[in-house]
Amino acid sequence: MPSTPAKSEAQSAPPRSWYPVVGLGWLIPGAGYFLLKRPGRGALVLVSVLSMFLLGLMMRGVMFQPQTGDILTTVIYVGGFIGDLASGLLYLLTIWLGYAQPDVAGHVHDYGTKFLVAAGLLNILGMVDAYEIAIGKKD
Amino acid sequence: MPKMNLTHFEAAILFALFSSVVLGVITKRTDNERLRYGLRCFVYFVAALIGIGWLMHFGHG
Repeated sequence: MPSTPAKSEAQSAPPRSWYPVVGLGWLIPGAGYFLLKRPGRGALVLVSVLSMFLLGLMMRGVMFQPQTGDILTTVIYVGGFIGDLASGLLYLLTIWLGYAQPDVAGHVHDYGTKFLVAAGLLNILGMVDAYEIAIGKKD
Repeated sequence: MPKMNLTHFEAAILFALFSSVVLGVITKRTDNERLRYGLRCFVYFVAALIGIGWLMHFGHG
């Protein structure tokens, strides 16, 4: 009788509810990892997302507002808005405290806008990774 | 909020650094593999930055 292959550590890890992991991970970048007892990875994601977001703000990047129109406008503005929103509490605090900047021409401001969106996208990557750990798909 | 003025190069290097850190963290299985993958991503970012920069330079004539 053939022996069954041993389960890997990832497969045998007990799955847990992913809602708090993903929800907290959205609100505070890297917090999902802390909830999963992986503080090193959480700290690296937190520092990276926070640094990128703050650099974007200091470069006077623009927060996207959702707009629809032709396909390119919709993709850029709605996509940019989702990217900004993915930073969680950082985005909300920026809006609530009035740090959102008006759109200004210039390469530094453009970079700032991209940094703000990229911070949110990096946080989404962290949330997906934490989700996969929470459901036992990864170790 | 203090204002920061970065050059294209500085901004792109910082972008590459933070992106590489997160890409390294979310992939691979061991810390050693994550570190190597993060470093490799950073090198690829910088190589693309310099390569595409020269392409644009020659493209503009």
